[in-house]
Amino acid sequence: MRKAFAVGRKELRQISRDRRTLLILVFVPAFFLLLYGYALNWDIRHVTLAVQDRDGTPESRALVSAFVNSSYFDRVADAYSPDEIDRLLDLNHARAVLIIPEGFGRDLARRQAPEVQVIINGENANTATTVMGYAANIIRSAGATFAPAAAPSPPPVSVEPRIWYNPELRSTLFLVPGLIAYILMITAVISTAISIVREKEVGTMEQVRMAPIDTFSFVVGKTIPYFLISLASAALIVLAAMLLFELPMRGNWIALLVALSLFIAGALGTGLVISTVADTQQVAFQAAMLSSFLPTLMLSGFIFPISSMPQALQIVTYAVPARYFLIALRGIVLKGTSIWLLLPQMGALIVYAAVMLGLASVRLARESR
Amino acid sequence: MSAAATANAIEVRQLTRRFGQFVAVDDVSFDVRTGEIFGFLGSNGAGKSTTIRMLCGLLQPTSGTATVGGIDVRRNPESVKVRIGYMSQRFSLYELLTVDQNIRFFGGIYGLAEARLAERRRFVIDMAGLAGRETTLARDLAGGWRQRLALGCAILHEPAILFLDEPTGGVDPISRRQFWRLIDALSQAGVTVLVTTHYLDEAERCHRVALIHAGRLAAMGTPTEVKQVFAGRPIVEIRADQAVDAMRLLEAMPAVEKTSLFGTAVHAVLRDPAVSADAVADRLRAQGIQVEAVATVAPSLEDVFLDVIDRANAAARGTAA
Repeated sequence: MRKAFAVGRKELRQISRDRRTLLILVFVPAFFLLLYGYALNWDIRHVTLAVQDRDGTPESRALVSAFVNSSYFDRVADAYSPDEIDRLLDLNHARAVLIIPEGFGRDLARRQAPEVQVIINGENANTATTVMGYAANIIRSAGATFAPAAAPSPPPVSVEPRIWYNPELRSTLFLVPGLIAYILMITAVISTAISIVREKEVGTMEQVRMAPIDTFSFVVGKTIPYFLISLASAALIVLAAMLLFELPMRGNWIALLVALSLFIAGALGTGLVISTVADTQQVAFQAAMLSSFLPTLMLSGFIFPISSMPQALQIVTYAVPARYFLIALRGIVLKGTSIWLLLPQMGALIVYAAVMLGLASVRLARESR
Repeated sequence: MSAAATANAIEVRQLTRRFGQFVAVDDVSFDVRTGEIFGFLGSNGAGKSTTIRMLCGLLQPTSGTATVGGIDVRRNPESVKVRIGYMSQRFSLYELLTVDQNIRFFGGIYGLAEARLAERRRFVIDMAGLAGRETTLARDLAGGWRQRLALGCAILHEPAILFLDEPTGGVDPISRRQFWRLIDALSQAGVTVLVTTHYLDEAERCHRVALIHAGRLAAMGTPTEVKQVFAGRPIVEIRADQAVDAMRLLEAMPAVEKTSLFGTAVHAVLRDPAVSADAVADRLRAQGIQVEAVATVAPSLEDVFLDVIDRANAAARGTAA
């Protein structure tokens, strides 16, 4: 263990003097957190809205104000003819149009359900669906305010949706745990792989191999510093997310620490495996990016829901550690899920870490022959 | 001294290493005596480094045996590592660590206890002339200092056997000389040194040398012994203004076996010791070459080296034909 300690102390000293590695370990996580935290956001606000109010009654004006006051819509134009509506949509001056027909107020007064028309630019299907949802909600709740006059009797079954854990449906809360997985995977895999391959390139690896130090002590000494740094970096990301994005921390910190440690162990193992394959830092960097960056981004459920992927891809996701880590992390952070309910995910992370570290030690031992 | 100390430090028998079809080291056998400086000479790719890597337990031989400090490297590579020191041409130090931190690190992975490390650290700083530079980063050291620090790190654990793989590459002549004085001192203290080099002037400082060419041992002995290949074949050194023309004319003379270029001079190996240097010069002058100086010279290791390679290549052509 004394030998492993010597390696670890050396590694920490090297990292503290190495600007490039420090940059990867400290700056990149912060940069990604800010970039993705602020930019990657599906919440839609300030949709440009054109209004054609053919009724001009207090009731029709109340509906228009409901749209404007919702803060989802900005009233940018008034249209008076169908041609004008076409023009506004074609020029992208408005993404949505609200058309209130003549007789809206009169129908309300007569307790006849009036109809309004909403036209939405469907170029971006995701946005369009969301905007449609907002519009329907506003019209429904506006309708309810007219209800004493309008609704003769309540409908037999009413749905009152209530959303738990993230009631405002802020996509940030959903994305930040994914972001933590993504950042950790990249920094841990890249920094371990590069630090070992660099020793190969410079020749110090050969020098160390000539010394009576076993592979295990070397690997332990080499990875423990990166493990600690990754853990610290993860803690910083969580804290920053709590401050900047109001990420709730509803679960147990110990559970979080366990999940993080298991995930980082797997990532370090991946980095070690890459270091046994790659001979230059450049190759190591590319291999690390390819094996950590893309799967974690695309196949973990970070951004794209796994359930809506084709069957073949869904099977592939079982080999992506971030898939399990994300479920565990979202559970712990957003829902306060107990660690005992996350045992399958923790188990999968243990298996992944064991496979990677095992593979790495077999390959490292063979390399020294 | 114990019986082990008087025996051979290194014994190599029919050592062979193949990489696929390529035979890097081919049936090599030699002994290195305890306390000896043994030079391992050969051009790049001749198999020097592969041999060293096998002796250090870093690479398994394909066949043959090697014992280092009495230990079979194939059976027990880890025990070999405790007894040897190794320094490569790359002076493998951690650039971002200071002189002191490098020493501590290598002391640490060799498992030196704190008190012994402190004592060895002082010795190494002294030996390498690094007093006052303990906190300098390794990357800021000049070549000669880096080289001596790398040597110091390789002998922290006081190995009985030291492997130096081209230890003087890229270092200025004064530092090279200084370095060889350190090697001599280590040898006098009883350390066995196996050094590879392609600086043939350095090879003259070895007690014995082995010449390796295309993976095979081509000659071995003390520098004086290996030069015996030129017994009865005098070497004439000629300085002339048109060296290339002179070489062509010399090659055409029946008395001349072969020629080679040494700096600005031409060395001609004669078949017959009875032919004098002046006679050769006269023949050249008769053919219009301005000969500035001519003398019979003692063979250098470089002559030996070139001769050995020539004959090995000729033999290879013979078996191929």
